[in-house]
Amino acid sequence: MSMMEEKVPGHTGRSEGGNWPWMHIIGFVISILLTLIALRLVLAHAMGPAGLFVTIMVLAVLQILVQLFFFMHILEGGGPRWHLWMLTLGFIFVFTIIAGSIWIMTFGAESY
Amino acid sequence: MPDDTLNVSHFLVTGDPLIYGADVSIVVVSIAIVAVLTYYRKWGWLWREWLTTVDHKKIGIMYMIAALLMLFRGGVDALLMRTQLAFPNMRFLKAEHYNQIFTTHGTIMILFMAMPFIFAMMNIAIPLMIGARDVAFPYLNAISFWMFFFGAMLFNLSFVIGGSPDAGWTSYPPLAESEFNLGPGENYYLLALQISGIGSIATGINFFVTILKMRAPGMTLMRMPLFCWAVLATSVLIIFAFPVLTVALALLLIDRIAGAHFFTMLGGGNPMMYINMFWIWGHPEVYIVVLPAFGIFSEVVATFSGKRIFGYASMVASLMAIAVISYFTWLHHFFTMGAGPGVNSFFALSTMIIAIPTGVKIFNWLATMYNGRVRVTVPMKWALGFIPNFAVGGATGVMLSVAPADYQYHNSYFLIAHFHQTLIGGVVFGMLAGMYYWWPKMFGFLLEERYANWGFWWFNIGFYVCFIPQYLLGFMGMTRRIYTYPTGMGWSTLNLISTIGAFMMGLGFLFIAAGIVYSIFYGERDTTGDPWNGRTLEWSLPSPAPHYNFARIPVVTSRDAWWTMKEERKQGVLPPGRDELRPIHMPKNSGRPFILSLSFFVAGFGLVFHWYILTVIGFAAVAACLLLRSFDYDTDSYIPVDEIKKTEASYGRS
Repeated sequence: MSMMEEKVPGHTGRSEGGNWPWMHIIGFVISILLTLIALRLVLAHAMGPAGLFVTIMVLAVLQILVQLFFFMHILEGGGPRWHLWMLTLGFIFVFTIIAGSIWIMTFGAESY
Repeated sequence: MPDDTLNVSHFLVTGDPLIYGADVSIVVVSIAIVAVLTYYRKWGWLWREWLTTVDHKKIGIMYMIAALLMLFRGGVDALLMRTQLAFPNMRFLKAEHYNQIFTTHGTIMILFMAMPFIFAMMNIAIPLMIGARDVAFPYLNAISFWMFFFGAMLFNLSFVIGGSPDAGWTSYPPLAESEFNLGPGENYYLLALQISGIGSIATGINFFVTILKMRAPGMTLMRMPLFCWAVLATSVLIIFAFPVLTVALALLLIDRIAGAHFFTMLGGGNPMMYINMFWIWGHPEVYIVVLPAFGIFSEVVATFSGKRIFGYASMVASLMAIAVISYFTWLHHFFTMGAGPGVNSFFALSTMIIAIPTGVKIFNWLATMYNGRVRVTVPMKWALGFIPNFAVGGATGVMLSVAPADYQYHNSYFLIAHFHQTLIGGVVFGMLAGMYYWWPKMFGFLLEERYANWGFWWFNIGFYVCFIPQYLLGFMGMTRRIYTYPTGMGWSTLNLISTIGAFMMGLGFLFIAAGIVYSIFYGERDTTGDPWNGRTLEWSLPSPAPHYNFARIPVVTSRDAWWTMKEERKQGVLPPGRDELRPIHMPKNSGRPFILSLSFFVAGFGLVFHWYILTVIGFAAVAACLLLRSFDYDTDSYIPVDEIKKTEASYGRS
């Protein structure tokens, strides 16, 4: 329903008209590039496992930032800041999933 | 590698009388549907009123019908399995067929029965409860439904075309890898879940936004009905959990179709990583389906006790606590992987902690009934049946959470009995309670009590007869997913009892279905819109609600808003002067969600059989639908005041 559009000030809707969505395109290109770099590094065996691991993690964090700034317009919008709560929760969950998976999947390693 | 030279005997499943029976019944039912629609000239009606609708109430009804049909199919699978296990050395099903049936039973019951059933209840009740005219994104809502629908169709098609998946509902590698699983069955599983998963994520986002943004004036978060809180928690879980499943399934699909090695040990992958990711989704998933059930019980118990819910704030806090903690427990599904004492202790402890907020909720329901004027109606019966049932399920869950003991219980029938007790006792009881509770709001008539009572008692007693023996069988060493067992194990009597219980539940389902058919003709009509003397805003509307829901958006001054309004009227407090009616802004129907999802189905079907041309055609159609929507400016319209007046007058309201 249209109520949504009315309530979100950052969302200009149809009036944007002919403007080319540059932010989205730039964001899209950067996110594709980040993915391709990660793929290339793995396929080319560019570095040892530890280095690869850290590099891909850094790329992943950059990817999150690209998504937040280029597509999710984190700086725009008024009203209650639900997105801050959700983002905090999201970061807690992401941390849990990544750190938890590493912790779990290195099983057996500590005893050898 | 997949076999590229498919012939007819690979394509259509042959050689099994049960499947020939299914072939015949599918053809007969299809012909019957086409004939009835043509004879009564209902094709246009079907398209205009249902297939293109963006109305949350109609989408909810379609979800519910789909869920009931899938409950039937999943239930038939269960009865086939229980028949095979009724006696030792049974020759009813072959091993291979048994594997397929337990796989489809699990997948259908979780993803194509429980999920649509909770979506049905969310769609039917949430906008009415918060005083909104639709969900935040009605068009997306229609897409969600059709994605689910075509995902479910793709999955069910595997039964007669190509063969069903047979690696369990969890589809663990290496068994699910193409090395060990040649047929298209696993592809069906992966693609059907991906397609319906898109719909699920969209629904999560939709209801999250709806609840936060579309509440009527005055309805603060702490004045929301508890069902809304439960759905908010569920939506958060869906948004965060489903993407993990998407990744896990996508990687497995790439392994199978493109020959990658994410999960193949010899190729440098690790199958346990799939299991890890599957349960990162899988554990929140059980709370995704059970939290809405908790919400329904809160509404039902408060309504039929004639009291406001006991400990509202603690109910909200426990819902939120469950939502967060459910992310920290996933490893308890594979304690036996042997990740070491540190990991196992952490996840054992987090699993025990999550039982605490759940316990809080149980005590709050009991306290709500305490000193209340309890009316034992059909929805209330399901709620009352739920409490002891879920308490036992929860207690056995805590037993399973003890990591060292879990090495005994793991993958035994003890586990099977435990999760059926929580999922049937929690989710199915909850959804049936919701169905009986909101049925008059959906259709304008009540479900007849006599059939409903027979259904309840057969199902409820049958449940214990079926599953209590399975706890004992688990202790006696019977493991899950075995298709037969020899005599002399001491399992025979208990298995026979369990099978009898399963058929009692089947009979209960038939009574429920028969009750629905009977009530369509003879059910008591609901003329007031408030047959239960309800407390929340949906009961302030006529039944069924007009398609714009509220002619005037209500102003909320307290929790249990409708109850307060009724009390004020009784005391002679007149409602504040009413505003003039204004034209109502509503979204237009669209056939595109249906066509978009159909295109996904075509693309998915192509991928299942490696027919890439079909896949390309399907995805091209998907892209075309998305593009067309981007340039479609004719998406909404206004209902004129005259028409609103006419509609309201037809309900005897002004």
